Amino acid sequence: MSEKVNNENETVGREAIIRPENLVYAKPELLNDVHMHYCPGCSHGVVHKLIAEVIDEMGMADKAIGISPVGCGVFAYRYIDIDWQEAAHGRAPALACACKRLWPDRLVFTYQGDGDLACIGTAETIHSLNRGDNITIIFINNAIYGMTGGQMAPTTLMGMKTSTCPYGRQAAIHGYPVKMTEIAAQLEGTAYVTRQSVHTVAAIRKAKKAIRHAFENSMAGLGSNLVEIVSTCSSGWKMTPAKANEWMVEHMFPFYPIGDLKDIQSR
Amino acid sequence: MDKQEILLLKGNEAIAHAAIRCGCDGYFGYPITPQSEVLETLAELKPWETTGMIVVQAESEVASINMLYGGGGTGKRVMTSSSSVGIALMQEGISYMAGAEVPGLIVNVQRGGPGLGTIQPSQSDYNQATRGGGNGDYEVIVLAPASVQEMADFVDEGFRLAFKYRTPVMMLSDGVIGQMMEKVILPPFKPRRTEAEIIAECPWASIGHRDKTKPVNVITSLELDPAEMEKKNLHLQAKYAEIKKNEVKYEMHDCDDADYIFVAFGSAARISQKAMEIARGQGLKVGLFRPITLWPFPTEALAALSQKVKGFLTVEINAGQMVYDVRSAVEGRCPVRHFGRLGGIVPDPDEIVAQLKKF
Repeated sequence: MSEKVNNENETVGREAIIRPENLVYAKPELLNDVHMHYCPGCSHGVVHKLIAEVIDEMGMADKAIGISPVGCGVFAYRYIDIDWQEAAHGRAPALACACKRLWPDRLVFTYQGDGDLACIGTAETIHSLNRGDNITIIFINNAIYGMTGGQMAPTTLMGMKTSTCPYGRQAAIHGYPVKMTEIAAQLEGTAYVTRQSVHTVAAIRKAKKAIRHAFENSMAGLGSNLVEIVSTCSSGWKMTPAKANEWMVEHMFPFYPIGDLKDIQSR
Repeated sequence: MDKQEILLLKGNEAIAHAAIRCGCDGYFGYPITPQSEVLETLAELKPWETTGMIVVQAESEVASINMLYGGGGTGKRVMTSSSSVGIALMQEGISYMAGAEVPGLIVNVQRGGPGLGTIQPSQSDYNQATRGGGNGDYEVIVLAPASVQEMADFVDEGFRLAFKYRTPVMMLSDGVIGQMMEKVILPPFKPRRTEAEIIAECPWASIGHRDKTKPVNVITSLELDPAEMEKKNLHLQAKYAEIKKNEVKYEMHDCDDADYIFVAFGSAARISQKAMEIARGQGLKVGLFRPITLWPFPTEALAALSQKVKGFLTVEINAGQMVYDVRSAVEGRCPVRHFGRLGGIVPDPDEIVAQLKKF
């Protein structure tokens, strides 16, 4: 395939354009060349890319252990080219605790969704954070169980419809959404607790900075780090990707406000 | 070689001493009677200041087994201990370890059940231990110590088996062995392995050592393609067949001329040994067969014995669990009966002899 370029009527081949000096953007080296199973418009892919970039930029590719969850992130190990362990549902922080304490010079992080982290793994999450395990927990909060097909999550908003609360979440029946990140910020063991998103280029840049800061804290032995990414699930929410982004800004952000909740380095 | 170091220890304390001495890298546990002395002894001995072994009091048994899964997945020698109720909680993690082929040592100092049951000794987790315990087709190597010395010795042996076969190993003890004090010859000191040694021994381990000449290491039990998943299962089954072939261990006392044989493991074997002495004193030709590995079970040895004896009496501190494995080995060639006490009651040698006389 070649492209016509309107430059003094010359036809320039594709090869002539793809040159190092013309490079403005590239897929991170640690992101594998495989098809991701994520749906169009899902935030997971962007967050994977950020993690891959940060590990690469920190020069930690040969010293990183990722722990993947049960949920949509279960196959994270297929996409980022580092050593991984695939945990039981909710138990990723327990694995990470052991990995980090047994290998203190490794970069250890978990990648978990809201059901994994804020529901079935609440105890492991809170106690790992509170022990000050020198790890980072990446927390994808899309307010729904994506992998199992759109059931109510611990972070599902009031009134929000899912397959297990088809008439909308009601306090009397379902209780309230849990703000794990606010809880984490109260724990003595945490060094950095933040809530970010990846719906705009500016947000993506901030999220990347947050992941880098968290990873650096964990390597400096400052304590545990939680980076929540308020995310979209266009399939689970039954919206187009563009509409899901709008819906997230309108409904998720007021309840899950973006920004740092705790940073012991800025005290 | 240094002269032997001998201490008077509880079974639970012996576990802790042995762990430090045999190059264990990490212990993860949650307090529960009657095994809390393991964690307490380790905390007192502070191995992190000497060998570098870490000790973590987890938030639950669910967490401790998953710490084992994580730590074992990096090729480290890791262990946990608990008692029946806590071991029940660990079954999910043990199944993951079996599926992902992660080595690790789990000590169960059994107490009576069901439910919260009692803190008194029992052997009622035999079925759970020897039938996998969690979901899926898998086995766990089960070692049954009958003395404080064996509780110490089986730590290193447990790790050897766990790493040889990349599989979880359970030491199935009970409240009697865990709590009683006996003289122990401490195992010889063995340093923890270096990073290079771990990488050489465990090329599969997920330790963040990315060797660009080969794919990264992923510890997982997941496979969505049924054809691949069947292969994975067949691989596990082949490994279990290999273990059955190589690792069966048992002990026989006075079985050569015996008409009847007690079959008992752990503390029940100690009690049965006394019962055997009493019976022999009364002119009854009785032997004792003690399985040391409960899985793999010494089926062939029992089958051979069944050709020449009049009967077997299994003595267990449960309602009759191992008796089915003995019957399956004997295949009806002679009667196999069971005697057991429940709820934390330990059988008396005299009542065992009385049961024998009912044959």
